[in-house]
Amino acid sequence: MKPMLSAELALSQPIAEPPKIEVRNLSFYYGASQALKNISLSLPDRTVTAFIGPSGCGKSTLLRCFNRIYELYPRQRAEGEILLDGENILDRAQDLNLLRTRIGMVFQKPTPFPMSIYENIAFGIRLYENLSKSEMDDRVEQALTRAALWNEVKDKLDASGLSLSGGQQQRLCIARTVAVKPEVILLDEPASALDPLSTAKIEELIDELKDDYTIVIVTHNMQQAARVSTRTAFMYLGELVEFDLTERIFTAPREKRTQDYITGRFG
Amino acid sequence: MSKASSLHARRKLKNAVMMTLSVMAAGVGLAWLGLILGALVWKGAAGLSLSVFTEMTPPPGEAGGLLNAIAGSIIMTFIAMIVGTPIGVLAGTYMAEYGRYSRLSMVVRFINDILLSAPSIVIGLFVYELMVRPMGHFSALAGAAALAMLVVPVVVRTTEDMLNLVPNTLREAGTAIGAPRWIVIRSVAYRAALSGIVTGILLAVARISGETAPLLFTALNNQFWSSSLNTPMASLPVTIFQFALSPYEEWQQLAWTGALLITLTVLGLSIFARSLTARREDR
Amino acid sequence: MFGHTIQSFDDDLREIGDILDAMGALAGTMVSGATAALLSADTALARRVISDDAVMDDHQRGLDARVIALIALRQPMAEDLRTVVGAMRIAGDLERIGDLAKNIAKRVAAIGANAVPRSLSHSIDAMAQLVLSQLNELARLYGSGDAPGLARLRAGDERVDVRYNAVFRELLTYMMEDPRKITPCTHLLFCAKNLERIGDHVTNIAENAYYMLTGEQLPPDRPKQDETAAPAA
Repeated sequence: MKPMLSAELALSQPIAEPPKIEVRNLSFYYGASQALKNISLSLPDRTVTAFIGPSGCGKSTLLRCFNRIYELYPRQRAEGEILLDGENILDRAQDLNLLRTRIGMVFQKPTPFPMSIYENIAFGIRLYENLSKSEMDDRVEQALTRAALWNEVKDKLDASGLSLSGGQQQRLCIARTVAVKPEVILLDEPASALDPLSTAKIEELIDELKDDYTIVIVTHNMQQAARVSTRTAFMYLGELVEFDLTERIFTAPREKRTQDYITGRFG
Repeated sequence: MSKASSLHARRKLKNAVMMTLSVMAAGVGLAWLGLILGALVWKGAAGLSLSVFTEMTPPPGEAGGLLNAIAGSIIMTFIAMIVGTPIGVLAGTYMAEYGRYSRLSMVVRFINDILLSAPSIVIGLFVYELMVRPMGHFSALAGAAALAMLVVPVVVRTTEDMLNLVPNTLREAGTAIGAPRWIVIRSVAYRAALSGIVTGILLAVARISGETAPLLFTALNNQFWSSSLNTPMASLPVTIFQFALSPYEEWQQLAWTGALLITLTVLGLSIFARSLTARREDR
Repeated sequence: MFGHTIQSFDDDLREIGDILDAMGALAGTMVSGATAALLSADTALARRVISDDAVMDDHQRGLDARVIALIALRQPMAEDLRTVVGAMRIAGDLERIGDLAKNIAKRVAAIGANAVPRSLSHSIDAMAQLVLSQLNELARLYGSGDAPGLARLRAGDERVDVRYNAVFRELLTYMMEDPRKITPCTHLLFCAKNLERIGDHVTNIAENAYYMLTGEQLPPDRPKQDETAAPAA
């Protein structure tokens, strides 16, 4: 029996080198208030990593650093490094639009664009690729198939994306993200606005996508994190408290704060 | 038990009183509108005939129509919209999209709100000083310019408001897929806000098609057909103003008919604009 | 252990803990009752042990139902999950201890009075006392949440095995000396074997309790000390 130091954030099972994303000493500020405090963690390629924690713990903020979407707003800034395949994406010289084609994002509320289902998918592809009509048709079909939506919409590709149900809209958004062939997919509470069946479909989808993409999911739903992720990071008050294999986090976390949160003893 | 029921009765009474007052107030407002519309239709419809649309405004004491006034109104409104809409939409876009948090936007918004509520006669006087005096004569161009200055604040305001209603998550979604800012605005934000922006433009049309004051000092009036922008031009509101004040019965009748036409146009535009907004909310 | 935001969760956990405590106490009573009945040929005491086993079974069924309901309704995580799953497994071991005690008690009538030679009675008694002390120690360590103590207790099972081997040889000797004693001695052999197995269940419980408390598994099974299981040389 080797006693584990509780402060030790080493994984029970080390991450195979090299990581897809490596966060180093990341701090984040909304104006003067600090939302992330010196976060460091490594996300391995082609796995699902879940960020959990109470509201305001910074899990969504951390996710939003990966594609620098926060730059849409003034007075938000990140310090430190986030390496994507070894390249610092927080670098000023980074082309943000290109970065975002490599790191896709799906949001809490389904966000279909106000256009047809077909155009929703084609929109992103058209930004960076010049495809013939038939090539584009293929790509749209591929993306919709990948998102397990093709059979439900193949006869109404010209219908508005907004005419779909909530769960279908969310899968449309995933299809749209997958269509531009990203390497990483960020999911910000993707199922929190959906009914259990739609949620299950999204989770099944995540499970399938993890073979090809590095997936990071933020969720309020601990069971969901437990179901879909390989690794789980527990965050609290802007700090990374514990990062380990999901199995470990949900059966025998090392940190008292993780234990209290997981078992429902918070506050 | 009795205490509770007496409390309940008192509450019911209060509710009944409040409801009666509210319904009466609404009724009074509606009644005025009904009266105005009724009077217009009563007096205006009598003079409605084909000649209204085919003949020029007559000299006193003769029969005629409103053709030159209607055409003048359409021409000046059209030019005002052509000039004012792009300026308004682009300014609104800046304020809602690019400069939402900038100081410049705050200043523009403040000034725009003042312009929005400025008396239109002030605009008329301003254009008079700016264009009519230097040019030495009244002109349709000056009239259109005055109307354009009324269009801009309305369109700025509705464009900004409608773009602000587009959820940020939609912009984030567009951005997250790698679209540059201007594509997100063009393909996502504008599309989402389209019906609202069009509504604003239609409301601006409705607003300026009934304006008299700014035209009095700029386009003045013209009893005859004129297609030159450099000369005074007739318009429905000014014609109504002139004819209604005249002692001649034929002129007065034409004034009523013109008023009815304007009102129906504005009403039609408003209903159309509403239906656009309603469709948007249905989705 | 307690202090959940949802307080009825605590109540449910407490209830499961109470049942487990009752089962532990009953297991102790049954084992000591069975060995006393065996050594003093007290058939009345033996009957009581046999009837106690039904109570033990009831407890286990009640605990299982509560654990399953709690998992379904409250989705326990981490420490809580380990606690309830551990409780279910410990209850299984306690129920088996009850069965083994009942099995000893059932043999009391078959062995009959004066069948147990004094020296033999002494070694069986010593073995029973050792198992009982292990059981009591287990209850104490579990109650105080002493994980290192539980790890040590598990190692202590070796002594029970050594005792069992001694009793085994002794019984074999008696049987060779006097074939008429083969029947009672076989019964006694089973009793000794049952005591040895009770010791194994105590070990299992110690392992489960250790996991409940720490989230860590003790290293794999220690080597077994049962020479009697080896093929005759």
